[in-house]
This record gives sequence, C-alpha cells and structure tokens, in this order.
Amino acid sequence: MKNEIKTITEKDLWTENPVIRQILGICSALAVTNLMANTFIMGMGVTFVTAFSSMTVSFLRNVIPRRIRMMVQTLIIASYVIIVDIVLKAYLPDISANLGPYVGLIITNCIIMGRCEAYGQSNPPLLAFWDGMMSGLGYTLVLMFISFIRELMGFGTLFGISVLGDWWTRWTIMVMPASAFFVLAIIIWAVQARQSKKSAERG
Amino acid sequence: MYINPIVIFFASIFTSNIVLTNFLGMCSYLAISRDLKSSWGLGQAVIFVMTITTILNYLVYKYILVPAELEYLRYIVFIIVVAAFVQLLEMVLERFMPGLYYTLGIFLPLITVNCAILGVALFMVIREYTFIQSLAYGAGGGIGWALAIVALAGIREKVDETKIPKGLQGPGFALIVTGIMAMAFIGLSGIANIQ
Repeated sequence: MKNEIKTITEKDLWTENPVIRQILGICSALAVTNLMANTFIMGMGVTFVTAFSSMTVSFLRNVIPRRIRMMVQTLIIASYVIIVDIVLKAYLPDISANLGPYVGLIITNCIIMGRCEAYGQSNPPLLAFWDGMMSGLGYTLVLMFISFIRELMGFGTLFGISVLGDWWTRWTIMVMPASAFFVLAIIIWAVQARQSKKSAERG
Repeated sequence: MYINPIVIFFASIFTSNIVLTNFLGMCSYLAISRDLKSSWGLGQAVIFVMTITTILNYLVYKYILVPAELEYLRYIVFIIVVAAFVQLLEMVLERFMPGLYYTLGIFLPLITVNCAILGVALFMVIREYTFIQSLAYGAGGGIGWALAIVALAGIREKVDETKIPKGLQGPGFALIVTGIMAMAFIGLSGIANIQ
C-alpha cells in the first residue's frame, strides 16, 4: 500500500504528468494561465473534481454496467463540477467571473475522465482518491509554472503583487493568447529533449 | 449591448477564433491534425454538430432551464444534449447516408468530448445571446475551428520532411505553429470585435 502510494505520487507528478507528458487537459492549461491567482483556483478545482470523481467511480465500480460507464462517469464528474462552480460563485465571485466558462469545461477535461477510466474503475476508493488528487496536483504544478512566467513577464506581478517594479517593460505578447502556446511548447520541448537524452544514454 | 449576428459570425471565425483565442477543443485539434484529409473530415463534423447543438442548447436553456430555475444544472443538461444528438446523428447517418457515415462516422464519438462544443454553449449563456446570435455564433465557431485545424494540418504536412529538434517533434511543434497562427490572426482584429 505504501509503495503503491509512492509510485502513484511519482508517476502523476512527474514521469506521467498529465499535461507535459500525456498532453491532456491542454485547453484549460492555456486559457487560465494569464494570472497566477486564477490558475491556482482552477488547479484546486480540477484537483477536487479529479480526486472525488475518481473515488466515486471506484466506489461504484462493481455496480456500474460496463456499457454505460462513460455516461455515468460524465454525470459523476458534472455533479462535482457544479459543486465547484456554485462554491466559486458564492465565495470568490471575481475569480469565478474571470474563469468564465472554463470552470464548466472541467467536465470535458480529459485528465479527469482518463483517471476515472484508467485507475478509478479498477482500484479501491482510497487509492483512487490519492491518484486523482496527485494527477490534479501534477496539472496544477505545470499550470502554475506557465502562469508564473506569463504573469511575471506580462504584468511584472505575482498573484497581483508587483515584483519587478516600474523599470520592467511589460511584454504585451505574454498577456495575449499566442504566448500561452509558445510557453507550453517550450516547456514540452525542454522536458522531451531531456527525456530522449536520458533514454539515449541508457542505450 | 446588441451585436449584429453577422458581426458575431465573422468575428467568431477570425478575430475570436475558438481555438486561437479561447483554446477550446485542443485535444482533438492536436491529435487529428497530422493529415489534411482527416482534419477536414473532423472539421466538417464539428461545423455541423456545433451549429445544431448550440441551437438545441439555446432552446433547452431558454424554454426549460430558465423557466424552471434550474440554470445551475446546465452543465449536465448541455452535455446530455450533445451526447444524445451525436448518438442520434450517428444512427441516422448510418441508416440513410452510408457514404457520409463512412467519412464522418469515426469522428462523431470524438466530438462528444470535444470541449469546443460545450464551450460555445457556455459562452452563449454567459454573453446572453438571442436565438439568431446563437445560430451565428455556433456556425461561425464551427467554421473557425475547422479553418484552424485544416490550416495546421496543411502546415504540418509541408513541414513533415524537414528536420526539427527531437524534443520539439509532435505536440511541441504543433503548439508553436498554433502560436504563430494566433499571432497572424491578431492582424485581422480590425474586421470585427465581440469581446
């Protein structure tokens, strides 16, 4: 059990990181990374939904008929997304307005369905919960890194607090959608280049 | 503020393209853009499904969810509408238009999980579009998505033979091309604006 938890953590955070290794959940990874505060809340939302829907699927894994399991999984995920949406609207209305439709789009985030399908439905609930949570955190980590670069260069701030001061010339491109593609591409490039070098060394 | 549907139509193709400015439908956009033929097939399927489901979702939202004060259920309802419509479309095509079914058939299941379809429906609700506006937005969004994926596939086919760094091959390269396309589309922003 302990080993299992460690392997899951390692896999989900790095070796099989959903965003940079499996290229999943890219839509929201690009859309919400202009400000770190938005990214953080979005990451927490995705983590919550992944963890709990994976656990729920795992609880119900012997009850759900195989043929309609996709539909059932989607409904489970959608219910948790509605909870996230209502909570955000009530307690963080500004961020909820900033995130706009992307909160609802957590439903179609492939990471969540992927975890339910690949892990939740064939493993016990607690492990499924842990796996979902770690996948969500792996996603959050990458997004925080992207938004760190974008917010720092685009606004000179971090979490809305000025860091670089007035001398910094703001990079307008970093605020625009195009930069999200470039930053993510460069991260993927760096990670994959390192990976192929490693496997070449191993022969 | 009421925006002319024609403006919405062109803006959602060029200036507010759902891939290049709203990042919707990226998964299939990156995965299916290896060759021109299948990307055009998927593009057509998206245009068709997006136009019709946006309208269906508009009607369901306006005449069922709002009167019943169940707006918070819209995520579940929209996704069920899309899934049901795609399923129905698959059966109808298979029965009556086998030719079209063979070209579009394999792409239809992919569309159910395409976040662009759901995203357009959610934007429609947030921006409080009317029926005609929703129609223009759904059709324009679909055409814009198809335009982006076909353009990317064309570029990827041309670049296939050139040497690019190993780590950049695949998704990394597609993302950079998309980034450049997004910058190029900024040049069109004088035409129409909806945001």
